[in-house]
Amino acid sequence: MMRTATLLRLLALALLVSFLIVPQKFAPVFAPLTQYGAPPIYDQGNLLGLAIAHLGTVLLAAALSTVVAVGLGILVTRPAGREFLPLSRTLVNIGQTFPPVAVLAVTVPLVGFGEKPTLIALFAYGLLPIFENTIVALQTTPKAVMEAANGMGMSAGQRLVSVELPLAMPLILEGIRLSLVINVGTATIGSTVAAKGLGEVIIAGLLSNNTAFVLQGGLVTALMAVLLYDAMVGLERRVCRAVQVE
Amino acid sequence: MITIENLSKRYGDNTVVDDVSMQIEKNSITVIVGTSGSGKSTLLRMINRLVEPSAGRVLLEGRDTRSEPAHLLRRRIGYAIQGHGLFPHRTVAENIATVPRLLGWAPERVKARVEELLHVFQLDPAKYSAAFPHELSGGQQQRVGVARALAAEPQVLLMDEPFGALDPIIRAKAQEDLLDIQRRFGTTVVLVTHDMDEAFHLGDRVAVMSGGRLLQYDEPAQLLTHPADPFVSRMTGLGDRALRLLSLTSAAAVALPGAAPGPKLQASASLREALSEMLWSGSQSCEVIGIEGGAPAHLTVDAILEHARPG
Ligand SMILES: Nc1ncnc2c1ncn2[C@@H]1O[C@H](COP(=O)(O)OP(=O)(O)O)[C@@H](O)[C@H]1O
Ligand SMILES: [Mg+2]
Repeated sequence: MMRTATLLRLLALALLVSFLIVPQKFAPVFAPLTQYGAPPIYDQGNLLGLAIAHLGTVLLAAALSTVVAVGLGILVTRPAGREFLPLSRTLVNIGQTFPPVAVLAVTVPLVGFGEKPTLIALFAYGLLPIFENTIVALQTTPKAVMEAANGMGMSAGQRLVSVELPLAMPLILEGIRLSLVINVGTATIGSTVAAKGLGEVIIAGLLSNNTAFVLQGGLVTALMAVLLYDAMVGLERRVCRAVQVE
Repeated sequence: MITIENLSKRYGDNTVVDDVSMQIEKNSITVIVGTSGSGKSTLLRMINRLVEPSAGRVLLEGRDTRSEPAHLLRRRIGYAIQGHGLFPHRTVAENIATVPRLLGWAPERVKARVEELLHVFQLDPAKYSAAFPHELSGGQQQRVGVARALAAEPQVLLMDEPFGALDPIIRAKAQEDLLDIQRRFGTTVVLVTHDMDEAFHLGDRVAVMSGGRLLQYDEPAQLLTHPADPFVSRMTGLGDRALRLLSLTSAAAVALPGAAPGPKLQASASLREALSEMLWSGSQSCEVIGIEGGAPAHLTVDAILEHARPG
């Protein structure tokens, strides 16, 4: 069972890498989807470059979301910051419910076209799962463990760093995973404001009525999401083992 | 020595510890008993300032516990709780090393102390140092919890129902271990329990609490023979108070010189055990062995009964 799963994952990775490096080799596969002799493989830019730019934007946005969401989660679970919990929750929820496209529309006039509005949209969209998981994790540290940490004479900071955060890590990582996977797909909208990314391929396909392009953009994005998901699950398993949480 | 002066704790209108004063002697075991919700844990937790008093103060060796930051105070006071509270992500050795590390001990000293404690608590270091808490049995986890509390050689050890989660056999063993360790390290132990047998077995002195008030603070025998309040009698149990009283005296303390027929009994056994042995074997006397000096000694039923009533 385990074997098959690993094998499938390796196959997906091999497929993704080879398609990005030598896309022309896949031309016969996509040819039936094109009409009137249109090119079967995206030819308006370097697919590998677009994929890397896409992934870079997503990872950077996730890093920003993580720093802010975990920081905020820590703040509102401290006695001094507890009163900010409702406000923070509202803000983070707005980040999730406000459609990323609308965020783009609002931010472009402020920061111009390109990467920046996309980063902002993804950052806001990815906060919620990380924030909520951080809070749940920090609020559910076993009572006896907290009591022991205090009773041993840890300062609040020492308790946070050496007990609360390590025990919260599996859930926080799960939040980051959800955020990442959602944003790999969402990032395609960045291309509407001229951010480099796989959305370009899809938009080019839509504009020239070329189903093959749309499919290529979609497939590469989906494969990246699946592989990222798996990589994060692997990481979470290792952390869980280190944290000894069954 | 711990001096508790007019200590109170209020939550809103609810007074959960009400003007408690008591002196806890060095190198002794003091047990706080009372029904659930009587304020035992709150009283205990005010000693290491996990709970800040509403009024009154606690002196440790004559020094007000508020004269230093709470977390620094707690590093000098051992604390063990029910359900042990071991850090699940840390190995047994790391758990035990918690306070020494907080205090900045040199790594070799920490390591030596951890090994010493593992030996004291009968946990083979080779096998258990690197184990995680979830790999241990309940009794072992509890021992590691106490070892962790003792790691930085505190003069005072606070224990809140430390054996509450253990089954009777392991619990009895844990109690014997505690008595051994208390003698060995000379620690001043303050232990909370709702189990009267545990209180009588472990306590040099017992504090009985009810509704936040300290009803009586005395030697166990005094609680039986001179209860300060009807509630104290109810707590200690009226039905078997004679037997309880017998359980507080050792055979060695009252053995008569000379040999006598009957079952053999260890000098460390209590009069209650001696009486039970004699009843069981239908004998009027028993032979006490292991008396210091090795002289022959014995007990009779009549001699035992002398000690079964106030007087
Ligand atoms: N943080 C708190 N806030 C309000 N009430 C509390 C708090 N802690 C304890 N109490 C109340 O104080 C009383 C005594 O509690 P506790 O000292 O834990 O009792 P015990 O250990 O004897 O069972 C209980 O009625 C409990 O509900
Ligand atoms: Mg309690």
